[in-house]
Amino acid sequence: MAAPVVIVGGGQAAVQLCLALRKEKYAGDVVVCSEESELPYHRPPLSKAYITGKTDDEKLLMRPESFYQSRNIDLRLNCMVSAIDPAAKSVTTAQGENLPYQYLVLTMGARARHLPVKGRDAVGVVELRDIKDARQIKDRLSGCKNVVIIGAGFIGLEVAAALNVQGVGVTVFDTAERVMGRAVAPEISRWFEATHRAAGIDIHLGEGITEITAADDGNVSGVVRSNGERINAEMVLIGIGVEPHTDLASAAGLDCENGIVVDQYCQTSDPSVFAAGDCANHPNVFADGRRVRLESVQNATDQARTIASAIAATENNTPPDKPYAAVPWFWSDQAEHSLQMAGLSFDADTHITRGLPADGSFSVFHFRGNDLLAVDSVNASRDHMLARKLLGARISPTRLQAEDVDFDLKTLL
Amino acid sequence: MPKIVFVDSDGTRHEVEAKSGVSIMENAIANNIDGIEAECGGSCMCATCHCFLEDDLAQKIPAMESDEDEMLGFAAEERRDSSRLSCQVTMTDELDGIVVNLPAEQN
Ligand SMILES: Cc1cc2nc3c(=O)[nH]c(=O)nc-3n(C[C@H](O)[C@H](O)[C@H](O)COP(=O)(O)OP(=O)(O)OC[C@H]3O[C@@H](n4cnc5c(N)ncnc54)[C@H](O)[C@@H]3O)c2cc1C
Ligand code: FES
Repeated sequence: MAAPVVIVGGGQAAVQLCLALRKEKYAGDVVVCSEESELPYHRPPLSKAYITGKTDDEKLLMRPESFYQSRNIDLRLNCMVSAIDPAAKSVTTAQGENLPYQYLVLTMGARARHLPVKGRDAVGVVELRDIKDARQIKDRLSGCKNVVIIGAGFIGLEVAAALNVQGVGVTVFDTAERVMGRAVAPEISRWFEATHRAAGIDIHLGEGITEITAADDGNVSGVVRSNGERINAEMVLIGIGVEPHTDLASAAGLDCENGIVVDQYCQTSDPSVFAAGDCANHPNVFADGRRVRLESVQNATDQARTIASAIAATENNTPPDKPYAAVPWFWSDQAEHSLQMAGLSFDADTHITRGLPADGSFSVFHFRGNDLLAVDSVNASRDHMLARKLLGARISPTRLQAEDVDFDLKTLL
Repeated sequence: MPKIVFVDSDGTRHEVEAKSGVSIMENAIANNIDGIEAECGGSCMCATCHCFLEDDLAQKIPAMESDEDEMLGFAAEERRDSSRLSCQVTMTDELDGIVVNLPAEQN
């Protein structure tokens, strides 16, 4: 009997791959090795509804336990893979078990980036990547009047907004000059900064902290600003981005550079090994084929589909024919505001605003020359949906059409 | 407990014990109904939870909000008058026995 498909990691990409393999009628064995002790769950609610108790553990599950059994998926929890032997086509688990594979799929995601600051180890200094982190935040929150958040990225701002709504005092620091600076247009940064400030969040940009302070009992007591001022806090969240899990892959001799390097079929430098999701550095057609690493539900699920179809093709002795070409999209809910993004804006040279930021609903269209590259929408889901369609069809409105709210973009489709 | 009858595009019926107060999508996932994918987990972002509510009982369901309306334009199978995103429809005791038709494709 052929060896199974072994999936390392039990997150968004892993579960979608299980679904997609069975949909492709792949009948072989599938083993999922997840280092976590929980059934696979959705991460996005962790920084939104979950920490403030607006959703529960059961709702987070991607699939019930019976799913894995009924689809003949051997889901192993508490099963960390510690080494890959590509020559022998097997992996070793931390428990010392040796698992042979026919195809290996690496979906290990990413880990929270470490902040090298004094006091980092105080009790109550937290990160947010998995459900254990989220539970820690939720548990600690009951005794919290003030929380400091380091990093004004998506997760930092989502948590800031959620806690602020709960009446917790929130102070955010970021060394960058604008919020979500790596990801969105300046206009969007400014709007969210102003909106969060107006709602009562204290935001300090262009400024880091010099130290995290702790009380005698080891619990965090606050942070020290670069001007020496102390700010009290019973919890400090560090959300300064992530680093892809590549250790396993690089130790096995697979090409890695800001992630595990894959081609348009999500295949690594070893043809039996694939990678998907947050840990995969892939060529993206929406960045002219340039290599990128994306951290989104869309990317994890669509890459999983790409791999399932490549494995199904290989099983049928045909070359893979469905390269990864899905339109990138992402969302971030911050209090009652919805930010939705389509496309990749890195290479844009012109940013056109549609709608009035003052009205609380608008979009920024990113162009390079005459080509539409991406659209960021604030409380404007219609623009977002049309953007996904336009980008998918490779249709660019003119800048004038993009700017003119009376021009119906739908007529271009 | 109310019931939901999910009907696959090939006519196969799955009658399940449903939970009120959570969405029809969550009921489908809890019962391993293949015709619903729900990749975004109910955030109204993916349209892979598309369904058709042709049952008369559907008249008891509140009208859709604009987000759902926009997102339905993304469904893999063409939208019909009866189209809904099942993550945006809450199951209630009143809907006991509702028939939920599923499209052949969600992606
Ligand atoms: C708090 C939070 C909020 C988010 N919000 C959004 C959002 O609003 N919209 C959006 O599009 N995206 C959001 N994301 C991003 C999205 O969740 C990720 O992009 C997605 O989960 C990536 O899927 P993945 O399968 O690559 O990795 P993950 O889902 O992270 O899964 C990786 C799994 O692999 C396990 N693992 C790692 N190494 C090993 C090993 N050696 N052996 C066994 N198991 C291992 C990890 O423990 C983890 O369970 C959010 C992420 C977080 C953390
Ligand atoms: S689950 Fe994604 S839109 Fe319903």
